Amino acid sequence: MRVGLDIGSTTIKCAVLDDQDNLVFHTYERHYSHIVEKARELLLRVVREAIPAATAKLAISGSAGMGLAQSCGVPFVQEVFSTRVAATRLCPDTDVIIELGGEDAKILFLSGGTEVRMNGSCAGGTGAFIDQMATLLKMGADEMDAAAQKAEKTYTIASRCGVFAKSDIQPLINQGARAEDIAASIYQAVVNQTIAGLAQGRPIKGKVLYLGGPLTFSTVLRQSFDRTLEVTGTCPENSLLFVALGAALYADQEFNLPQLADRLEQYSAQADYASQPPLFKSKQEYDEFHARHLKASVPHRPFGPDVGPVHIGIDSGSTTVKLVVIDDEANLLFTSYQPNLGNPVPLIREVLQKLYAAHPGLQVASATATGYGEELVKQAFGADFGVVETVAHFTAARHFMPEVDFIIDIGGQDMKCFKIADGAISDIFLNEACSSGCGSFLQTFAQALGYDVKEFAALGLFADRPVDLGSRCTVFMNSSVKQAQKDGATVENISAGLSISVVKNALYKVIRASRPEELGRNIVVQGGTFYNEAVLRAFEQEMGVEVIRPDIAGLMGAFGAALYGKGLVGTGHASALLGPADLENFTQQVKNVQCGLCGNHCQLTVNLFPGGKKLISGNRCERPVTGRAAADSLNLYEYKQQLLAAYQPGSGTRGRIGIPLALNMYELLPFWHAFFTSLGFAVVTSPVSSRELYQSGQGTIPSDTACFPAKMAHGHIHALAQMGLDAIFYPCMTYNVDEGLGQNHYNCPVVAYYPEVIAGNCPELEGTKFIYDYVGIHRRKDFVVHMTAILAKYFAGISKAEVAAATDAAWAEYERHMAQVRAKGAEIIKQARAEGKRIVVLAGRPYHVDPEVNHGIDKLICRHGAAVVTEDSVSWLQEKFATTVLNQWTYHSRLYAAAKYCTTQPDMELVQLVSFGCGLDAITTDETREILHDGGKLYTQLKIDEITNLGAVNIRLRSLFAALDEKQRNHPGKQ
Amino acid sequence: MEYTTAKFTKDMKRTHTILVPNMAPLQFKLMKAAMEREGYRVELLGNCGEQVAQLGLKYVHNDTCYPALLVIGQFLDALNSGRYDLDHTALLITQTGGGCRASNYIHLLRKALYKAGYKQVPVASLNFSGLEKDSGFQMTLPLARMLIAAVLYGDLLMALRNQTAPYEDEKGAAEALTDTWIAALSKQFRAGKGYSAPEMKRTFPVIAKEFAAIPKTHTPKVKVGVVGEIYVKYSPLGNNNLEEFLASQDCEVNLPGLLGFVQYCCFNMSETVRLYGGSKLEELAPELLLRWLDGLEKALCGALKDAGYHAPAPFSVLRTLPDGIIGMGNKMGEGWLLTAEMIELVQSGYENIVCAQPFGCLPNHICGKGMVGKIRALYPQANITPIDYDPSATRVNQENRIKLMLAVGRERLESGGEAVPHEENPFYGQAPQISSAAPV
Repeated sequence: MRVGLDIGSTTIKCAVLDDQDNLVFHTYERHYSHIVEKARELLLRVVREAIPAATAKLAISGSAGMGLAQSCGVPFVQEVFSTRVAATRLCPDTDVIIELGGEDAKILFLSGGTEVRMNGSCAGGTGAFIDQMATLLKMGADEMDAAAQKAEKTYTIASRCGVFAKSDIQPLINQGARAEDIAASIYQAVVNQTIAGLAQGRPIKGKVLYLGGPLTFSTVLRQSFDRTLEVTGTCPENSLLFVALGAALYADQEFNLPQLADRLEQYSAQADYASQPPLFKSKQEYDEFHARHLKASVPHRPFGPDVGPVHIGIDSGSTTVKLVVIDDEANLLFTSYQPNLGNPVPLIREVLQKLYAAHPGLQVASATATGYGEELVKQAFGADFGVVETVAHFTAARHFMPEVDFIIDIGGQDMKCFKIADGAISDIFLNEACSSGCGSFLQTFAQALGYDVKEFAALGLFADRPVDLGSRCTVFMNSSVKQAQKDGATVENISAGLSISVVKNALYKVIRASRPEELGRNIVVQGGTFYNEAVLRAFEQEMGVEVIRPDIAGLMGAFGAALYGKGLVGTGHASALLGPADLENFTQQVKNVQCGLCGNHCQLTVNLFPGGKKLISGNRCERPVTGRAAADSLNLYEYKQQLLAAYQPGSGTRGRIGIPLALNMYELLPFWHAFFTSLGFAVVTSPVSSRELYQSGQGTIPSDTACFPAKMAHGHIHALAQMGLDAIFYPCMTYNVDEGLGQNHYNCPVVAYYPEVIAGNCPELEGTKFIYDYVGIHRRKDFVVHMTAILAKYFAGISKAEVAAATDAAWAEYERHMAQVRAKGAEIIKQARAEGKRIVVLAGRPYHVDPEVNHGIDKLICRHGAAVVTEDSVSWLQEKFATTVLNQWTYHSRLYAAAKYCTTQPDMELVQLVSFGCGLDAITTDETREILHDGGKLYTQLKIDEITNLGAVNIRLRSLFAALDEKQRNHPGKQ
Repeated sequence: MEYTTAKFTKDMKRTHTILVPNMAPLQFKLMKAAMEREGYRVELLGNCGEQVAQLGLKYVHNDTCYPALLVIGQFLDALNSGRYDLDHTALLITQTGGGCRASNYIHLLRKALYKAGYKQVPVASLNFSGLEKDSGFQMTLPLARMLIAAVLYGDLLMALRNQTAPYEDEKGAAEALTDTWIAALSKQFRAGKGYSAPEMKRTFPVIAKEFAAIPKTHTPKVKVGVVGEIYVKYSPLGNNNLEEFLASQDCEVNLPGLLGFVQYCCFNMSETVRLYGGSKLEELAPELLLRWLDGLEKALCGALKDAGYHAPAPFSVLRTLPDGIIGMGNKMGEGWLLTAEMIELVQSGYENIVCAQPFGCLPNHICGKGMVGKIRALYPQANITPIDYDPSATRVNQENRIKLMLAVGRERLESGGEAVPHEENPFYGQAPQISSAAPV
């Protein structure tokens, strides 16, 4: 008899084979992290039900089985290996196996060169990811599969990371997209992720086997794989048990199972894990802390008939809806706090109806909306004002504590922190997509461990050795928590550890503070998460300061909105908010349409309300709203795109040469176009980036954590490879042009050497002359010599004189191009000044001009009434200056120079575009922030990736503009 | 903001203790002795633990690479410990001056010191690129020679220990002998001896013979090579005790030596001139240095070979290996060297490879992960697993992936599929046969 035990991240599986290799017993169940107990139970059950003799050969497999196997001396088989053992025996003619597990995704190539691939540590697209998304849709896994079968279309959802996907899905839910379509989109995202992340260009063909939980349970997931791969895969019998079967087949060491179960009982975890000091040393310490925070409360007043005109604030957040009613003296009359359940509109309607019913004749003087759903609330209910949430929170905190100089708000999904100087917001920090250590994060873990979030948080207060869980993203946190459980940490210590990690994430990742003095003296903490005393305590402990937490911490957005509205209206104002009768007849209709007004084909969600009011969302420009294209906007990004589009192929006599419009080619296209045109080539550029173009090359990306602009290059190469060109030119360039702004003039490692990755990983280049030699244009004379030699390797009869002439032409064209950009920049700045518009230097790298990379952020800024110029249109106006860090990359030197220049221009602000995964930006962002701060400027960073939720970007931009307005009001004449 | 931290002045040589992070344990112990000979008071940092990474996270941008977080965290942890007189303590950090963000570590360290309230603690740069010219810590010829000797001896001891320990009859014998030699060589260095070329050439075979004399039993083991970003490749703090883990899995580990990196940096200087232009002097001077190193390297490899050990391919061969796979102009981070080391390992029978890098390491997107496909196409037996290191990446995940690689390796070993037996060394001293025509 042989037994295989597969202990995965979420389930435990067992297979028992008799001597003829017949499967005589098997189980599949969730273990809820009680690994030792479950394993023990299972062994005894096996003896009872299948192996009366009590001895059998045994092997253990699975990611969670590793430590267990080691500690009780049972052979361990790595699970992918185990799958292969089983497949070779059970389905010998299989070509490829795709196996999705709880936290792992694997592809095994069995024919034509065996190869096994497994997802890296940072990759979504697994069972846990699907579970997480199902929770978001308020569905079980089965329900989600059933829903997906009724899908009509799919949306693009990032599946690289659960956190990204969440930020794609949440707006879809909030906009009222159909759950069926979202469900199907989630499965498709998993498919794309698996193929792109694991196959990495190796084709999946022949007989494909689907294994593991998600692929066994979801029909739609299998269909999506079939459709995308153009195969008909099979999900074999016992598809959940392959790892366990493999372990059983591999087992060659005999064990007495009851004895082993005994040994397991003795193996109790050592509670050996990294810990940190407890939150409270004693009950007394806690009592003092608790009493101190009880003191911070706002004045309440009974909501009687004599309250007079009232002001209503509605904060429609990503996960909750908050509503506050105050009187003319800012006394609190009424509050409501509810989860939004996907659609906030019916909830708000209900609350308002109840309010009117309970207080007949209520005089509403103003109603103000804030939060993610601000526009929706304004349109649906006729709220008078909308206010960006940062300002709402600031307004509330200032009311509470006039001398406040630092505010941190941790809500369900967002974290907002601002510094206040001279009565205005002087610095804003918002969490990025990939650091969502917020309220919903604690909730997710509480649920996973079977607790209510409040109960769970309270458990941590008196934990003796809180687990040190680090401060990175949720995905990592998941495995850290699992690890801690395996190491024997108690729930109390895990709970405290999670609360501390939320704080560390806020402090070190979002705010980037290392000392309390960097925050301020008068700190107000708010947001629902701070009701959690463990989080509150951890914050005070970590920073060594005492803070104020208002008793309405979770309602500060709504309270601030009400105050904001109150401040804007005089006495006697009557709000346009819907009255009782209108609410009675209120309807909401949601339609999904594809916009056909331009090539972007945005997926629009249209909400229709009574009286012909409607809200369009999902649009990237104003056309579907206003019906016409934006007027000639002051946008240098657009101008740059036009300039690049003008480089068309001439009639070459020497052949056609292709250039991918990616990374540094966004700047050097004029150079190389002129160079090769002068040599007599027709220079063809790859098409403008698009989602489809990206996906066409996605399969050949070897490193998933590289930046999106680099990954985009694969699509461009793919497109060029289809054109039947004589050659594709994409040189490696260690050095960039020296503009004299820094201590060196390197390209970043990715820009410099990405052609190597292309050459090494894109099979479509086979048969195409791909020229990716190392080229240095920074040494103009040497360049001619070296380039002549390089070209001679690929083309006959190009003389040095021709190359010299081409080089002159190339430089002339490059300089003309840059001059044009500078001149247009100056023109835009001049015009903006004439029109009294703000000027935003949207500072990125040349390739951030790519609309697929910048996601239309340039246009968004223009929609806010500002002019947009590029970093390279102003950097040349700045003299070289000393930076704190080593200033050695050309593109980044421009960034520093542009920041410095902005500090000399009162009407100019810098917004930095940062691509996710750009390692250099870990250095440049801090430096840029400091340059701007020293010059009294606000710093705004927009982190962008494959998919970017423009909602969050919009909040940042609006906060920036609101802070500038405020500053201007306080100090008219200067900004 | 200007972060003014103290400068390392000439007088501090006498008054200050210099703290040095311990990247490659054996080599750095000898380097310490070399610096002591020059009159510096040096201490290698051995502090580790959770708080090191935590301090790094607190004072350095969290998206900065893991080595920077660790090194800076380790310095701060040491300064916090109360063991050092803060007015008489200085820090030393290496700087390559390349296009990778690693050249910025020193600035991030100064920023962190400033923020942590250690403005008085000066930072010196150890570099061969002429950066930080105004510093009181300057490279002198005797120091440079001794540092190179430290690298060579360290590499030799590392190779001998790694090839002996898995097979030794008495556990710990190789480790003990390594310690004995480190102590003996340190003593020699401090006396200003042992580092000249003739002395090294005399000593190498003596060391190798002593290791060869340790009683061993040769049973076939899975042979694993480790390449990667230089810090996480060598530092146990950076790679979660990777060497120890592999040893516990009954493997023989091969970490290509530090000398290769020195030679690579040297070579890149002249290659830059060859690729983009520059003076003959700039091109030839590094080549001369390389030639001098060749002689020492030959002695090192010879000593290994003569004592029955596997010797790594010399640099003269290493620099030919990437031909047709990656360009020699790829010089940021570990660049083409990393690719070359993987090929060398595969060719000499260490076909199971851990490619270790910090999460999101920029150069390794190209020369590490980016080249795995090409290497596998040329050498189907290559069994490479890239592992990311990060403050929050869990050990279980890393070890599980390494175990997958080992399972494949073990299967091959058992089926007799391993290409090169331990004693043989067919590639030493001759260029391997790889088509030089680029697959375009």
